[in-house]
Amino acid sequence: MTAVSFENVSIMFGDNPKSALPHADKGLERSEIQEQTGQVLGVHDCSLEVQEGEIVVLMGLSGSGKSTLLRAVNGLNPVVRGAVHVNNGGDMVDVVSCSKARLRDIRQHRVAMVFQQFGLLPWRTVSENVGFGLELAGMETAKRAETVKHQLELVGLNDWADRKVGELSGGMQQRVGLARAFATDAPILLMDEPFSALDPLIRTRLQDELLELQHDLKRTIIFVSHDLDEAFKLGNRIAILKGGRIVQSGTPREIFSNPVDDYVQDFVANMNPLGVLTARDAMEAGTGDTAVDAETPIREIMPNLAQGPVTVMENGTAIGRVSAQSVVARLSE
Amino acid sequence: MDWMTEYKIPVGDAAEAVFNWLQKHGAVIFDGMAEAMEWLIDAILWVLQSPHPLIVVAVMAAASWFVHRTWKVPALIVVGFLFIMNQGYWEETTESLTLVLSACVVCMGVGVPIGIAMAHRPRLYAWMRPVLDLMQTLPTFVYLIPAIVFFGIGMVPGLIATVIFVVPAPIRLTYLGISSTPTALIEAADAFGATPQQKLWKVELPSALPQIMAGMNQTIMLSLSMVVIAALVGADGLGVPVVRALNRVDTGLGFEAGLIIVVVAIMLDRALRVGEDK
Ligand SMILES: Nc1ncnc2c1ncn2[C@@H]1O[C@H](COP(=O)(O)OP(=O)(O)O)[C@@H](O)[C@H]1O
Ligand SMILES: [Mg+2]
Repeated sequence: MTAVSFENVSIMFGDNPKSALPHADKGLERSEIQEQTGQVLGVHDCSLEVQEGEIVVLMGLSGSGKSTLLRAVNGLNPVVRGAVHVNNGGDMVDVVSCSKARLRDIRQHRVAMVFQQFGLLPWRTVSENVGFGLELAGMETAKRAETVKHQLELVGLNDWADRKVGELSGGMQQRVGLARAFATDAPILLMDEPFSALDPLIRTRLQDELLELQHDLKRTIIFVSHDLDEAFKLGNRIAILKGGRIVQSGTPREIFSNPVDDYVQDFVANMNPLGVLTARDAMEAGTGDTAVDAETPIREIMPNLAQGPVTVMENGTAIGRVSAQSVVARLSE
Repeated sequence: MDWMTEYKIPVGDAAEAVFNWLQKHGAVIFDGMAEAMEWLIDAILWVLQSPHPLIVVAVMAAASWFVHRTWKVPALIVVGFLFIMNQGYWEETTESLTLVLSACVVCMGVGVPIGIAMAHRPRLYAWMRPVLDLMQTLPTFVYLIPAIVFFGIGMVPGLIATVIFVVPAPIRLTYLGISSTPTALIEAADAFGATPQQKLWKVELPSALPQIMAGMNQTIMLSLSMVVIAALVGADGLGVPVVRALNRVDTGLGFEAGLIIVVVAIMLDRALRVGEDK
């Protein structure tokens, strides 16, 4: 099932956004379009399907249009041309053309969001912030308190329920942000660089926690990141943006093995390959002592390699082996 | 240079024409306003004057203790009022407090909604800004005249003059507070499907609360500064002895009444500084 589908989405900022479309169609860059029309290209002609239950990461340098594209899903940015269909319990609703009331309904029940700068209300306590979405949707107080309590348990913040959010560290504040989004039970979650403002240790911890939560809750997540390691760690699929256009989308491995251009190549060159390579990618001919599946990440096999090569199995048959030498050979490619 | 003065632009005549027209056609509105204000003034006056003065002082001291949680402010209030009673100005003080409180009610009731509307509508803001500037820079005496024309002599025209002078403050501060709500918070509310009403009550107003409270403090202090001018149009209160002293060139009386106003100002100022206690 499709959860969100972007269809030729173009977003321009300025007083006459339509005037920039012909220029963008000709393939002009943002700076050229701005010079000629005074409009700022946000994203142009982006198409992408997001399936239910998957994590899709929008990747790109700062200013490449990731946030702009993401914010089209809940109508925070006006789409100039194209459509964004969101799965609204079976039927696909175009949030670009639907009524205000319908959009509000989708925002309350179908699509929740987590922000880079948290977006928490500083005069409210942790639980009041977590319950914010439910409150807007009109959930009655008793039921809300129960849901909030459950969410706080999930993110490990029970002891902080009655504190003001300002008393919490950045990492904890973003846990509140996550809990607020998960609390509404919205099947689709938008996350705009939620961990970028945090220091690396906390960031890694929250990424792991998010994966754990996702394992249990199985939401559809569209995640914005400028960090390829993060993208490869979290994403089932990745779309790479450049200058407001999607230049490549696919699974992390597809992108890692076949970067379409120098821009993607540059990204890939800067990342830790152990995050994506699987046994299949670092194979050589021969057999080993123990057996692993072809899709096992290299990272997991590494400790075993000290004892000798391991056999790679696919559908019950050996297709090669991984040895310390073959891994080093693949990494130095 | 004769050509300069040959034709005088009829500013004064125009203003008079406008006021005449208003007086003729707006009588119902002005009468209604006057009645509502008189009711408000009487109600506050009754609350302050019908109990024994010591009870009123005790209640005020207790209220200030609940707000500040320190003995200093209540002590100041008790000492201040005892001094006022000793000087024989209790009645005038309650009248002036009534004027200040009614001005506060009217100014906040009018100013906060206008400030909110201005923050939401840039065109309205562009229109209102010069009006607010005019209200604050026009010498107060100038609008005392139409106040008397429309509302006669007494507490009501005093209140009107006070409100005209004071109301720009809460309007401006409310505008400032609402329009400086962080965009991130507005977007969070939008993203979770807030209606415009919910956004106002759950995000913008709480975020603007410090400025709105500052607007209320300013309203009260500015209103107090108007008691002497209000006395000129017949409002009762501490302004009356000041004006009388001025007429009689009575230095002693003038100082006495002036000092009482200062004492009231100090008490109000301390009582309103919520959150600044050590
Ligand atoms: N509200 C806006 N008004 C004008 N220009 C904007 C606005 N939002 C984004 N842009 C522009 O659109 C482009 C893409 O921005 P953004 O989507 O925020 O990039 P990213 O999230 O990838 O860093 C940038 O050039 C940015 O300046
Ligand atoms: Mg961004």
